[in-house]
Amino acid sequence: MIEAENLTRYYGPTRAVYNINFHVDKGEIVGFLGPNGAGKTTTMRMLTGFLPPSDGTARVAGFDVFYDSLEVRRRVGYMPETVPLYPEMTVWAYLDYMAALRQLPDRGQVVDRALEACSIGDHADTAIGKLSKGYRQRVGLAQAILHEPEVLILDEPTIGLDPRQVTEVRALIREIGREHTVILSSHILPEVSQTCGRVLIINKGEIVAEGTPDELTAQLQGAERVLVRIADASPEAIEVLERVDGVIGVESVDGEAYQVSCIREHDLRAELAHAVVEQDWGLLELRSVGMSLEDIFLELTTEETEESEDA
Amino acid sequence: MRNVWTVARRELYAYFSSPIAYVTMAAFLAVMGLLSWLLIIYSQQAVMGYTLGSPWIFFTLILYAAVVTMRLLAEEQRSGTIELVLTAPVHDWELIVGKYLASLILFLAMVVISLYQPYILARLGNPDLGAAASGYLGFILVGAALLAIGTLTSTLTRNQVVAAILSVAIGVALWLVEFVGSRSPGTFTGDFLTQLGLFAHYFDFLDGIIDTQHIVYYLSLVAASLFLATRVLETRRWR
Repeated sequence: MIEAENLTRYYGPTRAVYNINFHVDKGEIVGFLGPNGAGKTTTMRMLTGFLPPSDGTARVAGFDVFYDSLEVRRRVGYMPETVPLYPEMTVWAYLDYMAALRQLPDRGQVVDRALEACSIGDHADTAIGKLSKGYRQRVGLAQAILHEPEVLILDEPTIGLDPRQVTEVRALIREIGREHTVILSSHILPEVSQTCGRVLIINKGEIVAEGTPDELTAQLQGAERVLVRIADASPEAIEVLERVDGVIGVESVDGEAYQVSCIREHDLRAELAHAVVEQDWGLLELRSVGMSLEDIFLELTTEETEESEDA
Repeated sequence: MRNVWTVARRELYAYFSSPIAYVTMAAFLAVMGLLSWLLIIYSQQAVMGYTLGSPWIFFTLILYAAVVTMRLLAEEQRSGTIELVLTAPVHDWELIVGKYLASLILFLAMVVISLYQPYILARLGNPDLGAAASGYLGFILVGAALLAIGTLTSTLTRNQVVAAILSVAIGVALWLVEFVGSRSPGTFTGDFLTQLGLFAHYFDFLDGIIDTQHIVYYLSLVAASLFLATRVLETRRWR
């Protein structure tokens, strides 16, 4: 549904996006994850036809974003970050305007359906300037789904919302994602890992990792990690733990806790417990700590920083 | 084409849901009314051309056009709403023409209201209504050209005040260029500058003469400004 080839964008001499390649299939929900300024918004703007790429191409539903911009725009629903709206218009008038710009038939019905989908029907006659942030966000979403687009592009859809609204918007996105292709961006991990089927991690304008949240976790996590907390451990505790078969390394976390890295796909918890008890130490806690997507994200984005400093 | 009307309708909605439409209209009509009153008192003649041909009304019209058009695109670029308009299937020119059309309709509404003046003149004396009508046509054409220039300057910046200052400067420069040209009559440059003058093409209308060349001048000013505005909007994306 979406194919990007060597997509590159410069702002003057500044490189915002460099050589990005990816594809999104119909019905997928894909997340762009990256720190602020990584190039997520620029990539999305190129996909919507708002910004022309400096180099490379992108096709949405088979149409080139540059040469067939209008065809692309007909098929894409877009919600920019901190949705820019006309404050003087009422919600209904605004959605009616957007529907008219898209030349949709039966505008009244179309607007009512979008209002209902985003549950803002009771605010239809309120001026947008008087709405709270959460409601404005929903107006932005309603505007994006008016024409039932084949592709929905959402830039930071839950930024600035309170936790309940975040849950609601996520549910709404998943609901929409059942029939439509969705790309959303975020710099918050739970957002992406909970909503998206696939994640592209973008840093400094390049894709640094790609996969499902589970794949990414498995692929990048070199080892299973177990946290062992021991009461009155002697100084040789590290050695004792290291002697257990399958242990790669042991790190002291604080006075009495140790992080044990084990060979992949080996659960050594029983052996570790045995080793500790054998020494007559008090075993306080023993649990496996998986590497979270957050750790992976941090690792990838900091590694990248070091690399570019070397260069 | 339908999009032009959609954009224009929203823009009119924005004009009338803020004080802009009312304040600019009231201010212009007040100045124009005061001016006519003074001119009738001093000249004791029922001639519409005195008001429409006064430099005071020229300057007021330049200011009016700048204020009415300054927010058209500058505001959308500042607030970012242009991103949603231009990711809808709308051509750049449709947006520009729609915005311009809204300012033109607002201006025409004001002109219609000002028609009470020839009516009063007709009650007081015996004005040449034909000359008044062609004078009004010329006035509308000058206004249309100034509004198009304002639309252009509004695409150049995201700051409304800058847009207004630019269009006042261009308007005044186009007015004065005629006097620069008249310093060296007969030479190509001199005649060219005279012909370029915004109001040089206007006075024939006040005398009741409707000349195609003048109409072409104003319409090409409109077309050139709107064309440039569209190009400017396109190039903004490349920066």
